Amino acid sequence: MSAHTTPAADHGHDHAHAHGHDDHAEPHGSLRGYMIGFVLSVILTAIPFWLVMSGVLGSTTATALAIMGFAVVQIVVHMIYFLHMNFRTEGGWSMLALGFTLILVVITLAGSLWVMYHLNTNMMPSVHDMRQMP
Amino acid sequence: MTQASGTPASGEAPVFYEVDEHPHPEGHSTMLGFWIYLMSDCLIFAVLFATFGVLGGSYAAGPGPKDLFDLELVALNTSMLLFSSITYGFAMLAMEKDRVKVTQLWLVVTAVFGLAFLSIELYEFHHMIAEGATPQRSAFLSAFFTLVGTHGLHVTFGLIWLVTLMVQVGQRGLVVANKRRLMCLSMFWHFLDVVWIGVFTFVYLMGMLR
Repeated sequence: MSAHTTPAADHGHDHAHAHGHDDHAEPHGSLRGYMIGFVLSVILTAIPFWLVMSGVLGSTTATALAIMGFAVVQIVVHMIYFLHMNFRTEGGWSMLALGFTLILVVITLAGSLWVMYHLNTNMMPSVHDMRQMP
Repeated sequence: MTQASGTPASGEAPVFYEVDEHPHPEGHSTMLGFWIYLMSDCLIFAVLFATFGVLGGSYAAGPGPKDLFDLELVALNTSMLLFSSITYGFAMLAMEKDRVKVTQLWLVVTAVFGLAFLSIELYEFHHMIAEGATPQRSAFLSAFFTLVGTHGLHVTFGLIWLVTLMVQVGQRGLVVANKRRLMCLSMFWHFLDVVWIGVFTFVYLMGMLR
């Protein structure tokens, strides 16, 4: 038997609780998992702050791309080590909900930025730049 | 018992439906339901991020990110939220071992870090508003205060929830219902930290690069 017992198993005196719902009682991670997640998060937070504050990369675009990359990696780290996401929790329904949400998030963000960027560049004459207004 | 009505008695009767209700233990779907709530919350933040992405450069001749943001303060704030995340994790580990006192202690530490985060954020907002950088000043500031303020409001409600659960655990101990509630708050708290990664990257760091 594994040393790790789930709370449902601890209090599972009634067989109804254990029946068919083993996948629902998700593990809450281990001390090791939390520490790995924490150390990775600290590193993945410190590097982008250092990149922006020191400006070592020189180019703004390169720095922007780098910090976005670090953000994505850190979000994945949080998902795995703090939120304990995997393809098994709730029989995969958590991951399905997350996938659906991510699609909507990408459509919302990319669509808004794309459409509004073109509206700004094509419909606003540059002579009316707000910075030149009194 | 589980016999469909109107079936021939010969041989084994085909079962079309279950007459006996199979057990649905209390709270067996809470975690999935709460996760779906968090995903809907994620959509709120996605819309606010999109708004900030569109309006983030519209300063209306007012102050921009470089005039307003103090990255050292933001770094301190980020570390407060990250510390509160790991201490909540320690509370969950103590909860699994049914240690009420240790769980309560880590929850207190989490609350202190959460409160520190909120205080620093409110100090920053106060500082900005005192300088005239109010939400009414420009589209950039409206979008900024809405996005960061919504996150701060979530942290506020998370703190109220945390105190409520500490009272509950104090009164009834680590019963199954309280464990389930603590697990929901755990997901909420870590989710807020995930959103904050987006905030400090896209609002503060990218703002300084504009």
